[in-house]
Amino acid sequence: MMLLLRALMVGFVVFFAGAAAAQDDDAERIEIGLSTDVIEITSNFAGEALTIFGSVDNADPLIQRQGRYDIAVVLSGPVDDLTARRKGRVLGVWMNVDDLELPNVPLSYLITSTRFVRDMAERATIERLSLDIPTVKLTRDEEIQAEHDEFLDEVKRIKIDESLYRSFPGGVQFISQSLFKARLELPANVPLGQHVARAYLFKQGTLVAQTRATLNIRKAGLEFAVFQFSREQSATYGLLCVLAALIVGWLGRVIFRRD
Amino acid sequence: MAIYLPIAELSVNAFVLLGMGAAVGFLSGMFGVGGGFLITPLLIFYNIPPAVAVATGANQIVASSVSGVLSHLRRKGVDFKLGTVLLIGGLVGSSIGVLIYSYLRQIGQLDLIIAILYVVLLGIVGALMLKESIGAWRKARAGTPVALRKSGQHNWIHRLPLKIRFKRSRLYISVVPVVLVGAFIGMLAAIMGVGGGFILVPAMIYLLRVPTNVVIGTSLFQIIFVAAYTTIVQAIANQTVDIVLAVLLMLGGVAGAQYGAYAGQRLRGEQLRAMLALLVLAVAFRLAYTLFVAPDDIYTIADGVA
Repeated sequence: MMLLLRALMVGFVVFFAGAAAAQDDDAERIEIGLSTDVIEITSNFAGEALTIFGSVDNADPLIQRQGRYDIAVVLSGPVDDLTARRKGRVLGVWMNVDDLELPNVPLSYLITSTRFVRDMAERATIERLSLDIPTVKLTRDEEIQAEHDEFLDEVKRIKIDESLYRSFPGGVQFISQSLFKARLELPANVPLGQHVARAYLFKQGTLVAQTRATLNIRKAGLEFAVFQFSREQSATYGLLCVLAALIVGWLGRVIFRRD
Repeated sequence: MAIYLPIAELSVNAFVLLGMGAAVGFLSGMFGVGGGFLITPLLIFYNIPPAVAVATGANQIVASSVSGVLSHLRRKGVDFKLGTVLLIGGLVGSSIGVLIYSYLRQIGQLDLIIAILYVVLLGIVGALMLKESIGAWRKARAGTPVALRKSGQHNWIHRLPLKIRFKRSRLYISVVPVVLVGAFIGMLAAIMGVGGGFILVPAMIYLLRVPTNVVIGTSLFQIIFVAAYTTIVQAIANQTVDIVLAVLLMLGGVAGAQYGAYAGQRLRGEQLRAMLALLVLAVAFRLAYTLFVAPDDIYTIADGVA
């Protein structure tokens, strides 16, 4: 809820600023406002709805009334290298028999749009902008794409199963002539790091404007302090773990002694 | 009571982990094994990621072994000299094991090799111990006195050079097999994420012919250091030691270890060994089963490029 309120406030600020600047230019423009550029997730984070507010400036009132403006917002997660492996049966035992290394794969990819994207724009545009999960490319390497399409499909399937690649048709709604809200679900396992939100405005099936904003998702609280300590001071952390074990072991003997 | 594990990154029930720790601690105190070969599979069954389970298991073993050693120390059941020689081998072996571990992880066969090692080693050790202990039990029932170590009985191990006298164990043997046993166990310990007690105990009894009353204490003494070393190496190399998870397991474990050590003293040696053998075999069968059953998903993805 806090997220939503903060987003709402900044959304309005962006809207008014946008409206003021729009007078000397009659082309449509799209703005999105993220309440904050950092979201801190706590230890009990079980997924959360994220609402991104935005505005369309210089919208043609007639086209707007006919509902022929469409918006798609993509929140793509940080990119990282992935290794995909396939198990097979060797002498009756299941083991990894094949693998594929994929550099720079978006760890999450969430799409929200006013309607089904295939009803919003040409197929070529959707593919170019990766606005539909099936059109998202896990690699730009065409050789890998040609030779390992089965592997790539399976990687994408795992991502979809984990709710990390997901689309929300109808998640974007106009709340006034020019103001809209884009809703999507951050899954419980949302990757930490820099996410990029990209918004696209379509007018009667044609892309007319786009914008982007960044969002940093990170852990908060004591648990995160422990997590970070284990990453940054790993040797000290390891020694502390052993020390804790020595103390607990000794205390256990003192307290629970049976002989 | 739900509690969040900062490294494993999930919420778990604290009482389940306390109970798990207590159960494994009890067996650990009774048999003189660290309990790693039990705690790691149990944690994995409880949905803790295997990497975290392996590393955190090592940390928990430190606590239960300290607790166990303190109780065996009172009964003069620790041979420090023998333990130290085993440990020297153990640290060398463990360092080699860490290198093998990272290589296997790189080629994506770590889980498989760990499972096979468990099945083969637990299977062999369990079967041999069961056979021996049932035989001893029968003889004891028939009224024949049994001595594991018959005086004047020497095997090839006694012909090796560099002999040292281990007073507490009443042994006069070469350091070569002792260091080698320590190194072999240290290596397996690093790869399998265990203290190695379940191999060390039978190896000391049957191979080095250490008297049963000092085997458990000495094994635990050595395991403290190997497990502590493994914990630190895992914390640095893989950053998978979860201190919250470890402390929960320890609290249950140290309590269990004291009761276990007490219970162990009430049982006869061959009964103890037969029970340990059955336990070891049960874990081996459970793991063998997973090797041959089709996985839910034949595709997996892992962070990073190997």
